[in-house]
Amino acid sequence: MPARIITITSGKGGVGKTTATANLGVALALLGRRVVTVDADIGLRNLDVVMGLENRVVYDIVNVVEGVCRLRQALVKDKRLAELYLLPAAQTRDKSAVSPEDMVQVCEQMRNDYDFVLIDSPAGIEQGFRNAIAPADEVLIITTPEVSAVRDADRIIGLIEAEGKGPAKLIINRIKPEMVKRGDMLDTNDVIEILAIDLIGIVPEDEAIIISTNKGVPVALDDKGQAGLAFRNIAHRLLGEDVPFMTIKDTSGFLGRFARLVRS
Amino acid sequence: MSFWDKLRGRQIPSSREIAKERLQLVLVHDRANISPGLLQTLKDELIAVISRHIEIDREGVEITFTQGKRYNRLVANIPVLGARGSRKTRRT
Ligand SMILES: Nc1ncnc2c1ncn2[C@@H]1O[C@H](COP(=O)(O)OP(=O)(O)OP(=O)(O)O)[C@@H](O)[C@H]1O
Ligand SMILES: [Mg+2]
Repeated sequence: MPARIITITSGKGGVGKTTATANLGVALALLGRRVVTVDADIGLRNLDVVMGLENRVVYDIVNVVEGVCRLRQALVKDKRLAELYLLPAAQTRDKSAVSPEDMVQVCEQMRNDYDFVLIDSPAGIEQGFRNAIAPADEVLIITTPEVSAVRDADRIIGLIEAEGKGPAKLIINRIKPEMVKRGDMLDTNDVIEILAIDLIGIVPEDEAIIISTNKGVPVALDDKGQAGLAFRNIAHRLLGEDVPFMTIKDTSGFLGRFARLVRS
Repeated sequence: MSFWDKLRGRQIPSSREIAKERLQLVLVHDRANISPGLLQTLKDELIAVISRHIEIDREGVEITFTQGKRYNRLVANIPVLGARGSRKTRRT
């Protein structure tokens, strides 16, 4: 089967696109799929460090587009998973070094050799975003439960529909159950009601994400921990499996603190 | 709002409720790409066009948004002045 090309985007910056791309790549590869993650954030390369592959980068996507190397030579093989690859962004160039047509051409070259191509979009609605969605068959939109992020997500949903790439699916990231409980954070249902698109995952706020990014080991590799489980669940849903949405546990109370002590 | 707030009859909206309401309002305008200024322009032009054919109560014209799930509706309420007294017609 030809690869599914899926772009992860958000509008607002810093809501978790790169984290989600790395973890979904890992989670799909753990399920035996052949996966390439593509860093489309040219000039602000990050996916390599989040995946822990920065020392292996030789060429980048701009080199491929400019014919300096072949696609195969630019793909960085993951350290842990045999069927996971990264196509890095260029760090010293800007978004205009690649056009939407270039992106389509590069991604189509991977169509027959992999099962999934996951594209990490830059923030915003300009050229970088246009580049990232041009090759997409499907789009995942990620937001946090905050007013500005949800507003930007709504704008992106409209743009995706206008491009004929919809309907996009939604990931809600950084939910804090204790804040939801005391009425100080939009909950999952509020966000879905406002955005009116299908949900594909909810990811809790989890310190393990910061720790894992420090180490360059995505949380999806760790079979304990809620964020990792959340990403593995999304991978199953991408494969068409009907996985119930997890109830995110409130770990702020006494018992929660105790549980965390025991786990760490 | 917590059970205790309700028991005490308090009506303080939570920050979550405030966020939701503000978002819903701002998105109505974002989605339609219509600013309050544009709304006024629309109203003026509608009045001009319609009153070329029908006598209407210019002061009574109302243009509002109503929100649907993903689509919003522009509703114009235009009171018509006729020989048989004023009658209200609703156009969407
Ligand atoms: N569920 C989470 N819990 C805790 N921290 C998180 C979570 N998701 C993301 N983060 C942290 O938030 C920060 C931003 O995440 P990330 O880089 O994935 O966002 P991004 O959308 O790719 O940002 P940019 O728009 O700059 O590309 C990172 O420091 C990451 O570790
Ligand atoms: Mg990023």
